[in-house]
Amino acid sequence: MSPLLDSIFSSDFGFAVLRVMTPLIFPALGFAITDLAGVVNISLEGMMLMSAFFGVIVGAFTGSLLLALLAGILIGIAMGAALGYFHLKLKTDIILGAIAMNMFASGFTIFLLYVLTGDKGSTSSLKSLVFPEVHIPLLRSIPVLGDILSGHNVLTYAALLSAIVFFFLIFKTPLGLRIRAVGQNPDAARSVGINVDRVQLYALMLSGLFGALGGLYLSMGYVSWFARDMTAGRGWIAIAAATLGGNMPLGTFLAALLFGSVNALAIYIASVNIPSELIQMIPYVATVLALALYAIRVQKRRQKIKEEALEEEYDSGPPDNPPPAAAKQRGGSS
Amino acid sequence: MQKFILRNFTLIRTLIAIALGIVISIFLIYVISETPGFSLKSFLIAPLLSKSRLSNIVENATPILFCGIAIAVAFRAKQFNIGAEGALFISAAVGTAFAVSTSMPIFIHIPLVLLVAAGAGAAWGFIPGFMKAKWGASELVASLMMNYVAYFLGLYLINNFFRDKEAGFLVSYRLPESARLAQFLEGTRMHYGVFLALGAALLIYYLMFHTTLGYEIRMTGHNQGFSRFGGIKIFKIIILVQVIEGALAGMGGMTEIMGIHGRFNWQMSPGYGWEGIIVAIIGREHPILIIFASFFLAYIRVGGQSLNLLADVPFELVTVIQAVIIILITAEAFLGRFKYKLTVNEAKREEAGDESLA
Repeated sequence: MSPLLDSIFSSDFGFAVLRVMTPLIFPALGFAITDLAGVVNISLEGMMLMSAFFGVIVGAFTGSLLLALLAGILIGIAMGAALGYFHLKLKTDIILGAIAMNMFASGFTIFLLYVLTGDKGSTSSLKSLVFPEVHIPLLRSIPVLGDILSGHNVLTYAALLSAIVFFFLIFKTPLGLRIRAVGQNPDAARSVGINVDRVQLYALMLSGLFGALGGLYLSMGYVSWFARDMTAGRGWIAIAAATLGGNMPLGTFLAALLFGSVNALAIYIASVNIPSELIQMIPYVATVLALALYAIRVQKRRQKIKEEALEEEYDSGPPDNPPPAAAKQRGGSS
Repeated sequence: MQKFILRNFTLIRTLIAIALGIVISIFLIYVISETPGFSLKSFLIAPLLSKSRLSNIVENATPILFCGIAIAVAFRAKQFNIGAEGALFISAAVGTAFAVSTSMPIFIHIPLVLLVAAGAGAAWGFIPGFMKAKWGASELVASLMMNYVAYFLGLYLINNFFRDKEAGFLVSYRLPESARLAQFLEGTRMHYGVFLALGAALLIYYLMFHTTLGYEIRMTGHNQGFSRFGGIKIFKIIILVQVIEGALAGMGGMTEIMGIHGRFNWQMSPGYGWEGIIVAIIGREHPILIIFASFFLAYIRVGGQSLNLLADVPFELVTVIQAVIIILITAEAFLGRFKYKLTVNEAKREEAGDESLA
């Protein structure tokens, strides 16, 4: 086991964790923003897949990294807008609609892949563009930290930054305030003149933007090709990460870090004599466990709040004639 | 006529959605195929002309039907457990493991193997069900993760303990004859599993619409708070529907192994659990309608295969069409204005009728 431990405590491992968590942070933030707005978007998997595909294709046919980036982002936003249209205008159940979007993305990318390249597996026949790696001048010379933090793909840094951007967007901008208001109580938001549908549509489009960046990283950074269904459940693990992080930027980041570490661990353990099937299972088992633990915690907290509220009610005011208006208000807000 | 349309509006809307899906596929074929006429023929007509393709439809429809009714039970209670795929895979692996390591007379062996498979599936459904009922964890995400766990665990089980090393590829040992479902038509692979599936669909229909439990399941889906007040044990229902889902999906996987392959030979997850979601939606979560939906889906999938094989259009055309059909069917406002107009017209006519009578 000791060579394994050695490799886990090496800076390579830290580097690998950041690499693996990049395609989780983006979609996790993408999910968080929709959950905050009350329109749970579970089609991140499909959004990532579409953007990963169109990024590679546009990049290969135009030779321009910028156009590839734009195409990927546009397709992601378009997916979000489409889901918004189905849900908000056509009254599709958002879960079923998103399942259909995922299915569409999986089929459509393979379909076009075949039509464009004659291959149904991957775009290995195309010359794919890759986003550049960034070596940060001062940081890279710091012994261990430099090895871990420097030399990553530009999108990895974008992922770390996007958690901060997400924070400002949600807590410091009018749109963020509206998103939170709409998610907490759409009727109340409507009553103060917020256009609920529009805010939810924006949230879905932003979600598409985040998902697109995750997808672009997968096919033009993590690897340099598009392969069918290459997201391999990352869009779903990301949802678990966002849920685990309470849809907040720091929590989501930490949850993505956790899943990233487990994933990287699974790659490293491969050198040990354990059947590969069991190793590949680890991230998914970890997700189920984390999901359960998180749910237990939330439930306990909720119970505690309830108990405290009851105690407070009991302590304050004479029990014979509680002020009816106040009692009503408390009931409504809990 | 208007009254008839109004009464069967959802059914007609579903048929229109399917028709639109097919129109779009015809359009796509015309765009990309060099021989569109031939492609179209191999897509829509070829499946109906040969005996082997017709039997392919029946074979395909069998596990899809099992998964479709399985998912419908959970969806009816508004439990979005999409773990049928995983339940099917792990059940087939566990059932195979059980079948190859035991030997019994056929009339005990077959039901026992099916029971073991259903048990494995039920256990698989229980986990997300319990997590949801007890702690409120999302069954959607949990069941999805469980799909991946099932896939790797199933492969681990078969590849490490029950692998037939004499076969040149990764498969399990052959099932003993006593655990095989017979094929009933010479020259095809159609097996008695299809009757099990049809029987299960009828049983679930009875359960959902003619028993108290079925009523409780449906009420839980309609309004959980109200059901709780009415004395329905939500905790039990949430777990039970997912256990039933897993068990049924598990039977679907096992019958496929017992009837067609005779050994566990999946290296990829076969995807029947996903198709089950599609037919559950097309069939509006109604077991009898899901029977028709399963055969329809099997028909366009066999069409897609022959399209892929004979013509120059990839199979994934079918996946795209499926997505379009689902979106149209679940879009409640699709044709909403048309329905509104019909309703208004009908009301006006009735009013006029009343006046003329008066």
